[in-house]
Amino acid sequence: MSSQVTTAQASVWEGGRSPYATNSKKFGMWLFIASDSLTFSALLFAYTFSRVANPNWPRPFHFSPSIIFSTIMTFCLLSSSLTMVMAVHAMNHGNRKKAASWIFATMGCGAAFVVLHLSEWMNLIRNEHVTPSSNPWGVPLFGATFFGLTGLHMTHVVIGIIYLTIITQGILRGKFKAEDVEVSGLYWHFVDLVWMFIFPLVYLMSVGVS
Amino acid sequence: MSTHSEVVEHAAGATAITFSKVWICLLGLTGIEVLLAYEQVPLMIMLTALLGLSVIKAALIIAYFMHLKFERLSLFLTLWPFTVFCIILMLIFLGDAMRMPGMRPPL
Repeated sequence: MSSQVTTAQASVWEGGRSPYATNSKKFGMWLFIASDSLTFSALLFAYTFSRVANPNWPRPFHFSPSIIFSTIMTFCLLSSSLTMVMAVHAMNHGNRKKAASWIFATMGCGAAFVVLHLSEWMNLIRNEHVTPSSNPWGVPLFGATFFGLTGLHMTHVVIGIIYLTIITQGILRGKFKAEDVEVSGLYWHFVDLVWMFIFPLVYLMSVGVS
Repeated sequence: MSTHSEVVEHAAGATAITFSKVWICLLGLTGIEVLLAYEQVPLMIMLTALLGLSVIKAALIIAYFMHLKFERLSLFLTLWPFTVFCIILMLIFLGDAMRMPGMRPPL
């Protein structure tokens, strides 16, 4: 008993009862985010390395449609982050229906992002003849790194939409608490965060100059 | 020592107006990035400017949208300095990428 009291009163850095003052789900999500950010960093670095090392790197992203689409996609993801943080805010105030509405808006923005991204992919494949292994400019690394990086990110967005669907059902049934919405929000914001690096490094660094 | 519920209350103290301001800031920075992409500047200057703006955007998202600003300092110090250090270590190889175009034999 006395040892428990001692542990609880210990300072934060001496391993008190809850040194981070956070629940295990949230801490687990933070750890996942830290590890996943290293994965994306490695892929982004591989792309940037290839981009800087190749003077003949393709510049297929013309203002229309690529840059317009990718800017709208950035707007969609930034707006989805705002609606997600509003959902967490509403849930912290115990307003479940409002939280569910905000999450629906988040999912809508996420779905719009995926549709636009697939359109952008189709434009590159059909009009610019870019595939993961070849392209007309003779720099096959471009397709491999571009589709690998953006494909992994789009997979994260799709998983996020599925995750948010489950969370919405749970909160409408009274199953999930505010902390569950907050944890799903952390994941969604991370997906947004990664795009904030992909958009400039992949698209804006290779705008087509006509 | 603050409990988790206190932290949540603290985060809830950030109003919808604060989040909207951050969102407008992020949109503004994105606009600057797009404008910058059409300026004819050397590759490395462009890379540095775009990366700098992206880091500012990332910091805003982590601090406000992910509520890290309202969490304990111990959580931040445990997670981020080492992650950022690992990411910076990857940049060591970027010097090679800049040297490689000059090392190609003439055709």
